[in-house]
Amino acid sequence: MDAEKNKYSIIVPTYNERLNIALIVYLIFKHLRDVDFEIIVVDDGSPDGTQEIVKQLQKLYGEDRILLRPRAKKLGLGTAYIHGLKHASGNFVVIMDADLSHHPKYLPSFIKKQLETGASIVTGTRYVTGGGVHGWNLMRKLTSRGANVLAQTLLWPGVSDLTGSFRLYKKSVLEDVISSCVSKGYVFQMEMIVRASRKGYHIEEVPITFVDRVFGSSKLGGSEIVEYLKGLIYLMVTT
Amino acid sequence: MKNVLKLLSLLVVISALWIGLLQASIIPQSHTWLLHIYFIVSLGCYGLLMVGVGLMRFPTCPQEALLLQQDIAEAKDFLKQKGDDVGSD
Repeated sequence: MDAEKNKYSIIVPTYNERLNIALIVYLIFKHLRDVDFEIIVVDDGSPDGTQEIVKQLQKLYGEDRILLRPRAKKLGLGTAYIHGLKHASGNFVVIMDADLSHHPKYLPSFIKKQLETGASIVTGTRYVTGGGVHGWNLMRKLTSRGANVLAQTLLWPGVSDLTGSFRLYKKSVLEDVISSCVSKGYVFQMEMIVRASRKGYHIEEVPITFVDRVFGSSKLGGSEIVEYLKGLIYLMVTT
Repeated sequence: MKNVLKLLSLLVVISALWIGLLQASIIPQSHTWLLHIYFIVSLGCYGLLMVGVGLMRFPTCPQEALLLQQDIAEAKDFLKQKGDDVGSD
């Protein structure tokens, strides 16, 4: 594939990310200097003025580089990706979080990995050497590790980080996989990668670091664990 | 094939092997249930070991938090120069 002709559409779903969206746009432009890309901000009607900030950023960087495609209210991640996909003009799509837990400095390594291997999907993994997590206490790490061992045993997914949402997809592959996914939340991320794996798509991994800045406010309670187990069983039976 | 079917067929194969081994072994009938318990317990221990080892080797990156703070400061400076008021954290 001719590297010069690739365009990367970066979909960033936002909700109340007034500060972070400006920071993340700056960092994306900093780390992707010689790359043809666009940023698609899918904002779910944030009350904190996120969209106003995005409009200012559009004046600064250009409306062809930053697309604001909002929705009326909080409608969920899966539909945010589908919405963003409709406006994506690139042949590759990157999905990432807006809260800076995903650092744009890894974008070049995603792109490089894809060009080297011709993979359909490159997914970031926090669990290998070179990757890592900061901001998790022991309990959180324990649940993460336990959940991962369980998922590996039951699903044989072929990737080390199932719930991660920092990924690069070929646009056609994302469209294909997303149409067959029905889950919500992080189970949705798991479903995406497991379905892609079952369909035989070439998946590669790159190590990424994940700095959890919302630590303390994102609790992992009993209901989350139940939801996770239900998701695992659902995936075990349907994929 | 759905993964649950893959797992079930694997279970069937392992059970068949297990029964075959039991029939060929010299342990008296009354004690075979002990073997079943030992097997399940050791499976559970293996699982816990995997979790424990993974936990010990869990990759962390404290320096990344610092780097991120630097990146944030740099970004805020740049945007302030350009007149974007993004406020404070």
